[in-house]
Amino acid sequence: MSEIRTFPDFLKRLIIVLGGLLILAIIIFGVLIYTVPAISNFNGILLESLSNPIVMLNYLDSLGVGINSLFFKIVVFPGYTWAAIIAAEIIWFERKFLAKMQVRVGPLYAGMIGGILQPIADVSKLIFKELISPSRSDKLIFFTIPLLVNAIGATLLAVLPVSEGWLIMRSEVSMLIVFAVIGFAPITVLLAGWASYSKFPFIGGLRGLHQMIAFEIPMLIAALSVVLLSGSLDLVNIVQAQSNVWFIVLMPIGAIVFFITLLAELERIPFDLPEAESEIVMGYLTEYSSMAFGGIQLGTYIRFYALSGIFTTLFLGGWHGPQFLPAGFEIINQIEWFTIKTLLVMVTIIILRGVNPRFRIDQLLRFSWSRLLILAFLNLFIAIFILQMGWFPFGGGI
Amino acid sequence: MSELTVSIGPQHPGAGHFRLIVKLDGDKIIEVNPDPGYVHRGEEKIAEYRNYIQNIPHFERPGIHDSSNMLFAYVQAVEGLMKLEVPERGKYIRVIMAELNRIISHLYYLAIYGIFVGHSTMFMWPMGDREHFIDLAQMISGQRVGFAFLLPGGVRNDMPEGVKTRANDACNYFEKRLIEYERIFMNNPIFENRTKGIGKLSKEDAINLGVVGPTLRASGVKADIRKDEPYAVYDKLDFDIPVSKDCDSWARAWIHIEEMRQSMSIIKQSLKDMPSGPVKLNLRGQVRAPPGEVFSRAEASRGTVSFYLVSNGDMNPYRIRLITPSFRNLIAIPHILKGLLLADIPPVFWSLDYWPVEADR
Repeated sequence: MSEIRTFPDFLKRLIIVLGGLLILAIIIFGVLIYTVPAISNFNGILLESLSNPIVMLNYLDSLGVGINSLFFKIVVFPGYTWAAIIAAEIIWFERKFLAKMQVRVGPLYAGMIGGILQPIADVSKLIFKELISPSRSDKLIFFTIPLLVNAIGATLLAVLPVSEGWLIMRSEVSMLIVFAVIGFAPITVLLAGWASYSKFPFIGGLRGLHQMIAFEIPMLIAALSVVLLSGSLDLVNIVQAQSNVWFIVLMPIGAIVFFITLLAELERIPFDLPEAESEIVMGYLTEYSSMAFGGIQLGTYIRFYALSGIFTTLFLGGWHGPQFLPAGFEIINQIEWFTIKTLLVMVTIIILRGVNPRFRIDQLLRFSWSRLLILAFLNLFIAIFILQMGWFPFGGGI
Repeated sequence: MSELTVSIGPQHPGAGHFRLIVKLDGDKIIEVNPDPGYVHRGEEKIAEYRNYIQNIPHFERPGIHDSSNMLFAYVQAVEGLMKLEVPERGKYIRVIMAELNRIISHLYYLAIYGIFVGHSTMFMWPMGDREHFIDLAQMISGQRVGFAFLLPGGVRNDMPEGVKTRANDACNYFEKRLIEYERIFMNNPIFENRTKGIGKLSKEDAINLGVVGPTLRASGVKADIRKDEPYAVYDKLDFDIPVSKDCDSWARAWIHIEEMRQSMSIIKQSLKDMPSGPVKLNLRGQVRAPPGEVFSRAEASRGTVSFYLVSNGDMNPYRIRLITPSFRNLIAIPHILKGLLLADIPPVFWSLDYWPVEADR
């Protein structure tokens, strides 16, 4: 086959590969239709759905993979695929946006519009790289970490209320689930550094552990004030409590504290100490290559999306916003507002990357324990004060 | 926790071409041992096998971003032996090229400083603005990096038309940019946290260790060869030597920014005062220095460059000794890093503007 040099070449190759896959799928499907009885009537439904798509939806529903099923929610829409697409495109946006800030061009060639397919090209490159692990590393833990990082991000998606009626799981204690999962993140960083059996990753792992634990406590206290005011640990109830006024208006200090701790939990600049490349090479990621590296990056960006969503839920009023669409489309309107707000939070985090250098570990810990913690408590007192004065209708339930 | 010995370099993003063997207690540095020599090229020995003109391009190789300043000392040494008097216009063009090189080198310094504190914009902006001055140097000399522009007896060619307006435009633009640099990089609270009071080198220590250049001036010593032993036309130009009493990493970065301001002022003055006339002496045939020895110094962007040249009347120099500023600043690295944290290593050692290629020669 000819060499891929330009984008049209790439497209041709893509069409050939996709065509091959389609033929393969048709063959497999053909075999399945005549062997598995449950889908043997698929042919008729396929033809019928060409004129009436609802038939197809109902049929998928009957198989348990329809648009209203839990499977669809977990795998496709508010779940993993949606988050992975947002993660990939936010990587592209981040590179392009930073390039604009730094008077550069950024990704340009892959894809027609400003290198929009660059993340896909990057992932394809990573897939074809050799998977290397240090000879004395703990292989089992070493290769489990990329999966674990993804799992942490994906678990957060489960309780993220993208809209009132359309979410994967509603729990009485979804706030606790979020913090339990966030609390697991430093362990993956430490394990990744430890299992690599290398000096710089180990230092990076220790840094990550120190940093995340130090910032988790102000984060919890800032979130606690939200729980106090809304009177519920359920994220859906928390959003409903903000139907009139967002919590960022009532508790600006808490929102700022939560936002800063969010940066630290996500290891974004100025808190990217666990992977500070000029000091400790790449931190705990140093020894990772190929899709093990890609998996960790993907998981990190999914967590980036999920935690931005949590910030939106706690302080920016979640899905609330003016209804643009006609009645009957409330869910789509809510999802749209939630996505817009979450993306705005993500963009704010990216802007900070362009204008700030990196903290040092002792300054970071001092900042967290002596400044943020005090501010978080101050915010808690403000919340209690608002509650006691009866200025906020919800709350007091705990 | 027991001691951990970490090797920063030679394959480490925070140190290229040299190695720091660091002993750590937790995160604290107990001892630093620099290990230079990875890019030693034997420049002094090579010079004995080449004639005086052939030596020009390879004596700019150690400090390639600083080529005109490196050559300044060399051509002055050769001229001192041959008793040549350079035409006035040639001297002015030399000064312009030297100051352009100082700006290019200082911008490179700022950019890498940005990378080492984790500030990606601080890397991109100086690198982008550096392009204006590289273009200007290309317009004058025809090359973008290694100009090989200074010859014994003058400069290689006269400036083309339009350099004056273009240089003034670039300087005016960059003066505005420097104010933005100060606002966004130098006064950034996190950058100040990382550099203010970190890596102190007191005035006494600086003098005793024998450091040179911006590092010495950031420790409060007003020493600059351009003022102390004026060469070329530096005595006719009006400029300041920025000196800081803070003695820390931040002060070293600030000195570089101030020096770029002064360099631009020198370029503008030189372009205004420059007389017309020839730019080089017409040296027929081989350049052959009479027997004797000569010592010559010039202020390069990283500090004092010294050449000691011995000739026995041959086509090639008998012996050349080259003392570069980076090698003299290397001795301060273990001194200022002791007691700091691991994260301080890249920004603090880079604040000395240590360039391994130049130090190893």
